[in-house]
Amino acid sequence: MKANDSKNQESSGFTLESEFQVGDRIACFGGLYSNYLALQAAIDDAKSQQISQMYCLGDLGAFGPYPDRVFPILAEHKVLCVQGNYDDSIGNHLDDCQCGYTDPRDNHFAKISYDYTLANTSEVNRQFLKTLPKSRTLRMGNSNVLLCHGSPRQTNEFLWESATSSLFLNHLCDQYQCDVMVGTHSGIKWQRDLGDGRLFVNVGVLGRPENDGQLNVWYALLTANANGVSVEFRPVEYDHQRLANEMQAERLPQEFVETVLTGYWTTCLEVLPGKERLAGKH
Amino acid sequence: MKFQVLDKTNDDAFAFASIAIKHLDTLWFQVSGTLCNLTCNHCFISCSPKNDSFGFMSLATIEPYLQQAAELGVKEFYFTGGEPFLNKEMVAILLRTLDFGPATILTNGTVLKDAWLEQLSAKLKTIAYGLEFRVSIDGYDSQTNDQIRGLGTFERALKGVGKLVEFGFLPIVTVTRFWEEEDDQTIIEKFKSALATVGCLQPRLKIMPTLKIGAQVQRGGGYMDQERVEPWMLESVGHEHFVCSNSRIVSERGVHVCPILLESKDSVLGDRLSQSLVPFELRHGACYTCYQYGAICSNSISKSRESQ
Repeated sequence: MKANDSKNQESSGFTLESEFQVGDRIACFGGLYSNYLALQAAIDDAKSQQISQMYCLGDLGAFGPYPDRVFPILAEHKVLCVQGNYDDSIGNHLDDCQCGYTDPRDNHFAKISYDYTLANTSEVNRQFLKTLPKSRTLRMGNSNVLLCHGSPRQTNEFLWESATSSLFLNHLCDQYQCDVMVGTHSGIKWQRDLGDGRLFVNVGVLGRPENDGQLNVWYALLTANANGVSVEFRPVEYDHQRLANEMQAERLPQEFVETVLTGYWTTCLEVLPGKERLAGKH
Repeated sequence: MKFQVLDKTNDDAFAFASIAIKHLDTLWFQVSGTLCNLTCNHCFISCSPKNDSFGFMSLATIEPYLQQAAELGVKEFYFTGGEPFLNKEMVAILLRTLDFGPATILTNGTVLKDAWLEQLSAKLKTIAYGLEFRVSIDGYDSQTNDQIRGLGTFERALKGVGKLVEFGFLPIVTVTRFWEEEDDQTIIEKFKSALATVGCLQPRLKIMPTLKIGAQVQRGGGYMDQERVEPWMLESVGHEHFVCSNSRIVSERGVHVCPILLESKDSVLGDRLSQSLVPFELRHGACYTCYQYGAICSNSISKSRESQ
């Protein structure tokens, strides 16, 4: 692996940051939402998979307890991060999380989560969040890979599987001169082969289960191949009961705790398209 | 509050905001024109069984626009009317559109047939894209709904919701707010109770502001001249707040700037999608409602600026 520290670009155009050879693998973690227990479990799993580098695609805080606990883990394992909307908000002390919700109930819970996270993130960690790049650009084999949070054009854009055309994804690949786009934000993993070696991947999130009644969370392994990039979604089991207990100890909403214990979302429901919402219970 | 009424011819005295389209994310079709089986007394384009000022669009007419949209990298498609399912080609149009991307259809839910939903449901099982149904119901019972949408329409629309649920869809019920905003939660709970009676246990509600154009002008009056969007207003909301920053709509007359302004002469921007991707000046009262609430046309939940 060859890597350098060049800054990411925030507009069209592909400026290489790191390069990986055919056969190399990278791990991509989606939103952490302060779930330091799942982060540690995911790192342990990724290290058993001969990975060359680990990345986190942003939203380090939110939802869970003790937001400062993910930072030393990320630093210890040299996980390179992308800035999510939450990180931008916490880092810059903005009024809200910029999650993109429009429903009053969703925004009510988003505010509780945001106020707690902001109050419990140290100054030094806020500075770290503030300086994160909005995207990272890699070369994996012959493919240009762009890591972002929501979409390359908008950090908090929701790209749902059922509501995003391949036409649009190809447009983004053209505009940002990449073959593979990797994001998170919406909280549910999916991938789509766009043809000609092009690929879109939503790596899911480590922060909370993905509304299907399963208690595990997910991340993605990307492998550089001769003809493109392949994806393996990896389930991550972690001590969800401990997380739930700690959320209760921190007086976070019972609705959040219920999600951790049942695998079904209880909030942020109104942004879900019909197909994705039908997978859940609420 | 009393406003001074200005002479409309003095429009040039105002500095209007102008919105450039960043990318054509959403393409709409006025697929049944202004023809509808209902005559709702708040309809912003006065649709009715007799209003044929805009006619049906055929699949053959729509196909070239799907191709143009493909070239432009459109994200999703929406269909509206009138009542889209009065168009005999509606199911064929939806099936074809789903080859290109996700779709949403706005319906009153009163004319849905099992055979249509069966075909659409079968198609969706073979593709990743979704098809959203937005069903308009304007009251939580017959008494509150039927005075706006017509006698018997509540029961018929609710039955339509039940039918959609039966075929595996999760409709978004679109409601025009005819109550005070502070009563939202109470009214929403009543809607949820009504929807539960037809098996809709994961209710999705989109509450819309009234648009003071079309039939609603007779009902509650139109916009005052002061209700316009001025450039300084964009500082607090951003261009993406307006549907014209990311969408266009095709009718039998060409490509219009947005679904709301369909009947305005200046709304037609060209015959081809590429011609329509030009800035639009927000001269209309309805633009002010878009400014106040945002996300009026999309499937997102709207929220008034005052309550944000």
